[in-house]
Amino acid sequence: MYYIDPHIHMLSRTTDDYEALARMDCVAVSEPAFWPGLDRQNSESFYDYFRHLTEFEPARAAKYGIQHYSWLCVNAKEAENLSLSREVLSFLPEFLNRGNVLGIGEIGLNKNTRNEAIVFMEHKELAIRHDQLILIHTPHLADKLRGTRMILDMLCDDQRIRRERVLVDHAEEHTIRPALDAGFWVGMTLYPTTKCTPQRAADLAERYGTDRLMVNSAGDWGPSRPVAVRDFIFEMRRRRHSESTIRRIVYDNPVQFFSQSPAFQAPIATEDGPA
Amino acid sequence: MPALTGPLTAEEVLDREFLEIRAKILEVAAALDRLDRASGSVAADERRRQIDAAIAILHTSDPDRSERVQRQFSLPYLEHWREQFQIDTRRERQA
Ligand SMILES: [Zn+2]
Repeated sequence: MYYIDPHIHMLSRTTDDYEALARMDCVAVSEPAFWPGLDRQNSESFYDYFRHLTEFEPARAAKYGIQHYSWLCVNAKEAENLSLSREVLSFLPEFLNRGNVLGIGEIGLNKNTRNEAIVFMEHKELAIRHDQLILIHTPHLADKLRGTRMILDMLCDDQRIRRERVLVDHAEEHTIRPALDAGFWVGMTLYPTTKCTPQRAADLAERYGTDRLMVNSAGDWGPSRPVAVRDFIFEMRRRRHSESTIRRIVYDNPVQFFSQSPAFQAPIATEDGPA
Repeated sequence: MPALTGPLTAEEVLDREFLEIRAKILEVAAALDRLDRASGSVAADERRRQIDAAIAILHTSDPDRSERVQRQFSLPYLEHWREQFQIDTRRERQA
């Protein structure tokens, strides 16, 4: 079964991982801008990072027949630094018409602070002004519930936001319902210990259905499995869900959501093979 | 959004999961023993209280145990965060 990983940080992964993804029938990935493990000293570092996401990674992925898309922003952690964030936002728009950019992301909250909220709102303005899709990072662990609700508040308080153009990611049992009920797309991240296991993600798919639902590996430099979407497919098959149900979550839904961006080309024309 | 009917029967789920559930409960039991054996005390630690509260949730028979365990380990939502931050989040639709 062909699938798309809608959230993975390939910059932090080796070329062997691209090969593993290709062997597992991953046909496209989308890579949001995120925190690299240390705070950057200046905005030029972001400039180079955006070049990396829009030039180097798509070329590296293409060698394995994988389409690479990206999302640009200042991540929620570094958004604590208002002046740095504003410098980056001043030049970010020049990257938006690079061929592989789907939108603004992953923006959100980290420790649910005032500065993070301000920078989130400024990203939201930029996305609206440039008619971009939005990919949302929701906070970790104890901060997730509060932060997700705050993010939903900021999105729902803005009448200009078209909710079908926003993906709320890293959802779990306590945050999935408000995001779906409000009309947003929802992503579940498959991690070994934090976030969702493949089993719990399958439980949530059974409870909430397949509409507007996706799964991703969020593979990065921490404990994560870049081919984790395959583990979800395996779990769903073990539960005897139909191939079309599974395919809806791991392929059709990302295609439907991403197709709202003119940068996206669906990677497969038919079930028989890549277009 | 219509839920998917789980194609497995309860008996099949139990057949498949019994050993896994048993193993996970044993891991929790052993970790609590380990805590008790260790020197010092965490009796006043909020995390220790959270663990007991989460275990208590498992004794109930509501279908939302996992969601309630998640909430147990979560900071509460603050209704008045906008006022607290003095941020106006409302934006009108463009004309
Ligand atoms: Zn991420």
